Amino acid sequence: MTTDSQRVNTSPHVSDEIRKTTCYMCACRCGINVHLRNDADGKPKIRYIEGNRDHPINKGVLCAKGSAGIMQHYSPARLKSPMKRIGERGEGKFEEISWDEALELATSWLKPIREKNPKKLAFFTGRDQSQSLTGWWAQNFGTPNFAAHGGFCSVNMAAGGIYTFGGAFWEFGAPDWGKTELFMIFGVAEDHDSNPIKLGLSKLKSRGKKIIGVNPVRTGYNAIADEWVGITPGTDGLFVLSIVHELLKAGRIDVDYLIRYTNAPWLVIDDPDAKDHGLFLRDKDGNAQVLDRKTGKTVAYNAKGVKPDLQGEVNLKNGRKAVPSFTLLANKYLDDRYTPENVAEETGVPASQTRRIAAEIAHAAFEKEVIIDQPWTDMKGERHEKMIGRPVAFHAMRGISAHSNGFQTCRSIHLLQILIGSIDSPGGFRFKPPYPRPVSAQPAPHGGNIPNTPLKGPQLGFMRGPEGLLLEEDGVTPQRIDKAFSWDAPMSSHGLMHMVIANAHARDPYGIDVLFMYMANMSWNSSMNSSGVMKMLTDKDENGEYIIPKLIYSDAYSSEMVAFADLILPDTTYLERHDAISALDRPISEPEALCDAIRWPVIEPDRDVRGFQSVLLDLGARLGLPAMTNEDGTPKFKDYADYIQNHERKPGVGPLLGWRGKDGSKTGRGEPNPNQIDTYIKNGGFSETHVPAEALYFKHANAAWQNWAIEMGLQDAPVENVFQLYLEPMRKFQLCAEGKAEPQPPETHRERILNCFDPLPSWYPPFEGASIDLSQFPYHALTQRPAAMYHSWGSQNAWLRQIHGHNPMFIPGEICDEVGLKDDDWAYIISHHGKIKVPVKRMNAVNGKTLWTWNAIGKRKGAWALSAKAPETEKGFLLNHIINELLPPKGDGHRWSNSDPITGQAAWFDLRVRVEKAPAEDEVSQPQVDAQNNPVGTPDQTVEYGKEWTK
Amino acid sequence: MTLLPAQTNKKLGLVIDLDVCVGCHACVVNCKEWNTGGYGAPLGDVDAYGDNPSGAWLNRIHTFEVTPDDAPAQIVHFPKSCLHCEDAPCVTVCPTGASYKRSEDGIVLVDESMCIGCSLCAWACPYGAREMDPVENVMKKCTLCVDRIYNDNIPEIDRTPACVRTCPANARHFGDFADPNSNVSTMTRERGGYDLMPEMGTKPVNQYLPPRKKSRPEETTEIAPAFVPKAGEGLLGWLDRALEKLG
Amino acid sequence: MHPAISVIFFTVTSGAGFGLMTMIGLGFPMHNGIVAAFLSYLLGGGLAVAGLLSSTFHLGHPERAWRALSQWRSSWLSREGVIAIITLLLFAVYALIWMFTGQRIAPLGWAVAAGSLLTVYATSMIYAQLKTVPNWHSKLTPFCYLAFSIASGLLLAGMIGKATLILGLPTPTIIVIALGIAWIIKSVWWRRADTIGFSQTGSNTGTATGLGHLGKVRLLEKPHSGENYLTHEMVHQIGRKHALKLRAIAYILGGIIPVIMCTFALFITPVFFLLIAAISMIIGLFAERWLFFAEAKHAVSLYY
Ligand SMILES: Nc1nc2c(c(=O)[nH]1)N[C@H]1C(S)=C(S)[C@@H](COP(=O)(O)OP(=O)(O)OC[C@H]3O[C@@H](n4cnc5c(=O)[nH]c(N)nc54)[C@H](O)[C@@H]3O)O[C@H]1N2
Ligand SMILES: Nc1nc2c(c(=O)[nH]1)N[C@H]1C(S)=C(S)[C@@H](COP(=O)(O)OP(=O)(O)OC[C@H]3O[C@@H](n4cnc5c(=O)[nH]c(N)nc54)[C@H](O)[C@@H]3O)O[C@H]1N2
Ligand code: SF4
Ligand code: SF4
Ligand code: SF4
Ligand code: SF4
Ligand code: SF4
Ligand SMILES: [Mo]
Repeated sequence: MTTDSQRVNTSPHVSDEIRKTTCYMCACRCGINVHLRNDADGKPKIRYIEGNRDHPINKGVLCAKGSAGIMQHYSPARLKSPMKRIGERGEGKFEEISWDEALELATSWLKPIREKNPKKLAFFTGRDQSQSLTGWWAQNFGTPNFAAHGGFCSVNMAAGGIYTFGGAFWEFGAPDWGKTELFMIFGVAEDHDSNPIKLGLSKLKSRGKKIIGVNPVRTGYNAIADEWVGITPGTDGLFVLSIVHELLKAGRIDVDYLIRYTNAPWLVIDDPDAKDHGLFLRDKDGNAQVLDRKTGKTVAYNAKGVKPDLQGEVNLKNGRKAVPSFTLLANKYLDDRYTPENVAEETGVPASQTRRIAAEIAHAAFEKEVIIDQPWTDMKGERHEKMIGRPVAFHAMRGISAHSNGFQTCRSIHLLQILIGSIDSPGGFRFKPPYPRPVSAQPAPHGGNIPNTPLKGPQLGFMRGPEGLLLEEDGVTPQRIDKAFSWDAPMSSHGLMHMVIANAHARDPYGIDVLFMYMANMSWNSSMNSSGVMKMLTDKDENGEYIIPKLIYSDAYSSEMVAFADLILPDTTYLERHDAISALDRPISEPEALCDAIRWPVIEPDRDVRGFQSVLLDLGARLGLPAMTNEDGTPKFKDYADYIQNHERKPGVGPLLGWRGKDGSKTGRGEPNPNQIDTYIKNGGFSETHVPAEALYFKHANAAWQNWAIEMGLQDAPVENVFQLYLEPMRKFQLCAEGKAEPQPPETHRERILNCFDPLPSWYPPFEGASIDLSQFPYHALTQRPAAMYHSWGSQNAWLRQIHGHNPMFIPGEICDEVGLKDDDWAYIISHHGKIKVPVKRMNAVNGKTLWTWNAIGKRKGAWALSAKAPETEKGFLLNHIINELLPPKGDGHRWSNSDPITGQAAWFDLRVRVEKAPAEDEVSQPQVDAQNNPVGTPDQTVEYGKEWTK
Repeated sequence: MTLLPAQTNKKLGLVIDLDVCVGCHACVVNCKEWNTGGYGAPLGDVDAYGDNPSGAWLNRIHTFEVTPDDAPAQIVHFPKSCLHCEDAPCVTVCPTGASYKRSEDGIVLVDESMCIGCSLCAWACPYGAREMDPVENVMKKCTLCVDRIYNDNIPEIDRTPACVRTCPANARHFGDFADPNSNVSTMTRERGGYDLMPEMGTKPVNQYLPPRKKSRPEETTEIAPAFVPKAGEGLLGWLDRALEKLG
Repeated sequence: MHPAISVIFFTVTSGAGFGLMTMIGLGFPMHNGIVAAFLSYLLGGGLAVAGLLSSTFHLGHPERAWRALSQWRSSWLSREGVIAIITLLLFAVYALIWMFTGQRIAPLGWAVAAGSLLTVYATSMIYAQLKTVPNWHSKLTPFCYLAFSIASGLLLAGMIGKATLILGLPTPTIIVIALGIAWIIKSVWWRRADTIGFSQTGSNTGTATGLGHLGKVRLLEKPHSGENYLTHEMVHQIGRKHALKLRAIAYILGGIIPVIMCTFALFITPVFFLLIAAISMIIGLFAERWLFFAEAKHAVSLYY
């Protein structure tokens, strides 16, 4: 008889080879070990994908999407070859063409534009990770019309953070998971930092530290939080400022920190009728002035030995006065407007809860100081024997940013962090290298439109003040198609991708010739008003030409957007190409290490597809873009791998930090290394350089950090970073709106600039709710990221689509009772813009006024190689159909975009709705869009992955 | 063979921590990808790109809403895979001997080459831990990654179940419950680990750790002020003193 | 539980077949002669075998069905198989001797009868042993199976046999009594099923998740948005109205009509009316057996 242990081989062969690369099932960029094993024909196939234990991001773990990489890589929806449209736009009828033909066609469309009027090309990219390449390409082309998806994604977070303290949540910083005593997370369902957040939360749990989740919905991270604040959407600013009120009232702030690291002591001119009212008092050299407590005099904030005051009043010449900005700040938030009782109604947060949370923050910050025995020297040369931390950490994402008051709300959170002294202090929020990088170290946005001439600088950047706006001669008309950096959204650091199609269609500010897009499903889940956008893409002018004449698109899969393109440039999957996750862009650093990574073809493509970055370089050479062409007209780079290894932004600084120098001995700075990519591959696909112990905290003011950052090529000189609680550029825009400074905004814009551009963090009600009859649309409706799906990509995945094949609308119990709805009923969700029909699921663990659903599950028939009656198409739905890219008309004739007035961030979550019971009828969600043609063929319906290796 | 071993040397199993499970399905999919190319038949999917996609999975995450009488409703994400019961009814009902519980470590397995696909074991399991493969028509279940935990072909540190290794929240732990000092025994003891449906008499090996107590909105704590305001002191008066202290 | 047609067919037909074998084995008066004996043998054995064969249709791997005989020490399914085969073999020997010698060897017959009843008992225990399905997990379940097996066996025996009086009563009367007893047991079984829920074990979503102490527990999201093997096999739910209708059909076809037919059979053409009674009863039992599955709630449903 066989014994139990003989019945199974406990040591089977797993794989023939492991190749280490970087996951791209989402933008978190985890390290993966791809196990390859030969199939029956001896060809390598993916046997298993696991997390790379050595990797700084995921430390070995892997999420659901990452684990489903096999099904994504072998997806039947993969595009197979370049294609030219033969049917009507939107139909999805194509003919396959050769790469040469495709690239020649694209060149023939783009060349005349560059020669005559470069801005007629709008080049917009999605969540790719090669913005430093695409931006550089666009800059070389000479069009001002470039941006990536940041404008509709989370620019409020990025801008709010960088303007305030030179860093930001997610990409540019992280909570100090190992040391914090109290963690608060606002408006996060999943976030980009998918695995690190989960690893961090688990660390907090094992350390027994408290987690507070602020979110209208209590799922996911909020489900495991020790305390839930079921806030009413769009009101976090009030809630946070109420906490600020409580802390100020009790004096629970870090005065030393404020004086050292912030502009709290800077004097603000108080001279109501003057042109500089509200600006900082500066000396001849432009240095802001403070009131020295020792001498009672105003001196430069950075004068040696100054002891600046935070309160008081300085009398200036001519009866003018100035006060420390902190005095303005304290007066503002100590107002009764911000008492917990007075905000409770709007926020839905009981006063007792706000008050207690304020107390808990104060307790953790000031009674549980973290002290690290590590001397360090600040940038003024003062030596500190210890690093003293305020162990309260915050994190926030799109629940904050995707509102029209998101920039100010985000700044309010940063204000709170700074008041308690927790930015880059032990236990608080930590910068990730190459950050901190305040506005002064960031580029300004560049416009321009000169034939055959590159722009002088990058299109995207940080606006310093009204003088930098990108406007035409008339001082009003935006230079850019998306109206970024115009009066509509003066500080729109990431552009407004969600407005490109609508504006190009309205020819407002002008029409374009070619729309070139990459990795963005803009006809569907990444647009507001999806049905409207599809119409805009197919509308023709009086001559029967499409209003948006040419559309080039690169996707890897048969998405909804593919159907609308005239020319398709099919990309590889993430396992088939080179990529650089570069410090020139958004590297994969963690607070304690500067890290970057690559992808490389761990498996060869079996279709006629090419990595888009290589295609872009090829196209650049065909167009003769100077940076991509040799003197003799030949291409400068063979392909993207060649570029990654040999391109230099400035001498010694290129896309990758690791193993630079001819022999690979240098880090950060050094000549190109011909073996750099190979070395990355040998080292698991990433490089990791630890930040010196002395530079681990207080980086914004840490001399050791500055030296190290210069050595690493992250910056060329020390960068001063004074946290801007009072944000002067905002005040400058207000002065224009007050009519006191040039340039002047159009009349239509004055009021909103006055109301919204408060130089101190402020709160105003989200626009959509403020401009409609709320009795008609009493509820809020939101989406959340499902952890196991990435936007639209996941639905082609045989495994993931079983988990989220359709999405119900989760509706609070009280609303269900009121409307007479129960589980599996159908309801109409109606906004000022439209109406959808959706399946219903009752839920109680949610803010009572808030409905929500999973994002991007609904699919158009025919897309993604799915069957026509796939649950995604029949029961799944998009909330996007009822979100408009424009606000309800105001009667002023202006097309106001549904965005934050400061940054242009798309206000997805401002949506207001009502609910009505719908007849179930055919049990199909509405609207249904006509099927698109499937250009990739119908797949086998039975999947038995890995059968060849099993017995 | 389908008689249960009187006693097993080890009791290998999982601890699942409901206090940290965020319901991300990472363990679910990683389990599928490990097992579909590994132990026994692949984990098949039917109508994979069609109207009713479904397939065999060895681990699934449910989401429950729990409404206390006197506090806001909360959500608990709830992973479930085979609990490798000591008194496994799925084993004793199996007519073929395909199902068995290993005497050395207590792992409950199906020898798929012997399985007739009668479903009886799935009926006998109260937890829904067994699934018939829709393509190969044999009974699939969690193997506790028996082909990983002893596998000489993978690094020692990785000899742990795929779901445990991949869980980003560290909500799953693997170990030997027969050893009172093991990680899993300790955790179970300290955190009040419990059996699912003890009344079914299956004596599950896997243990669940309950969610910790949540704060309630109405609980109060007063903020401890940094200073005691003096009579007639202006709003910013205390600042003076604070600044004084700094020197 | 999902009602699989092959399993319904199996339990009903093999129940009837073994019931008939029981009657024959117990010496129910039958027509003699090689052909009559053969036909009797064929009907009893055939029904039993057809049922057993049909049960293999629901197997994922019928070609391996032989393996199901190996675990008689622990598995009721295995036991059922083993006993069924032994019984059928004994019955074959019994029938051969009967056919060729005209002799019905009583001790052998008793063994066949005992084996048949044991087989039916084993079948019933496959279900009755399952704690996971409270409807089934009851001593009443074997009684139901045995009673229906005996009643249908008796009916079939009465139809093809030549007994006019049994235990001093007219055969149709005896059949009616057997039917009555079976349906009374079934009624009791149904009454219990209607009230049992999971009260027997005290299971509920609270104990299934262990979260009951926190509050009222309810499923918000299934693990996967679509159906899966478990929801299809174990979480099958039938509407209450639908179930009541089917119960009525079961009573009428499985009980009332056979009783009426038996009453007719007391007076005229017994074979004809008993045949109709038998057909009606089998159809009624199909309904009864369909409900046996469809109404059964599995513990797994507590998770869905
Ligand atoms: N209602 C609602 N709508 C939203 C949001 C929301 O919260 N609610 N969120 C918004 C946000 S923040 C974002 S970022 C957008 C996301 O919007 P998108 O970035 O448009 O989202 P995806 O669906 O990921 O679309 C990306 C496209 O890239 C393609 N793709 C995938 N891999 C590759 C590849 O390797 N190469 C190439 N070339 N293409 C590839 C996919 O097939 C897909 O067509 O959605 C926005 N839309
Ligand atoms: N698995 C997965 N991961 C992803 C993505 C994905 O599609 N799938 N997408 C990636 C992308 S492009 C992005 S931008 C990030 C976004 O990551 P998240 O920031 O997590 O974005 P959302 O899922 O939109 O979650 C927004 C959360 O904010 C809450 N919320 C909405 N309004 C408010 C409010 O007013 N106040 C508060 N406090 N909360 C509010 C919602 O309930 C929701 O929980 O995720 C990235 N990561
Ligand atoms: S979070 Fe998941 S999908 Fe995103 S990169 Fe990491 S493993 Fe891949
Ligand atoms: S991987 Fe971990 S956190 Fe995610 S669902 Fe599984 S057990 Fe829960
Ligand atoms: S959980 Fe179910 S399948 Fe696993 S041992 Fe227990 S009874 Fe058997
Ligand atoms: S399905 Fe397979 S493992 Fe389960 S009881 Fe039947 S033979 Fe045994
Ligand atoms: S132990 Fe292995 S087989 Fe079991 S659930 Fe985890 S990954 Fe799946
Ligand atoms: Mo995004």
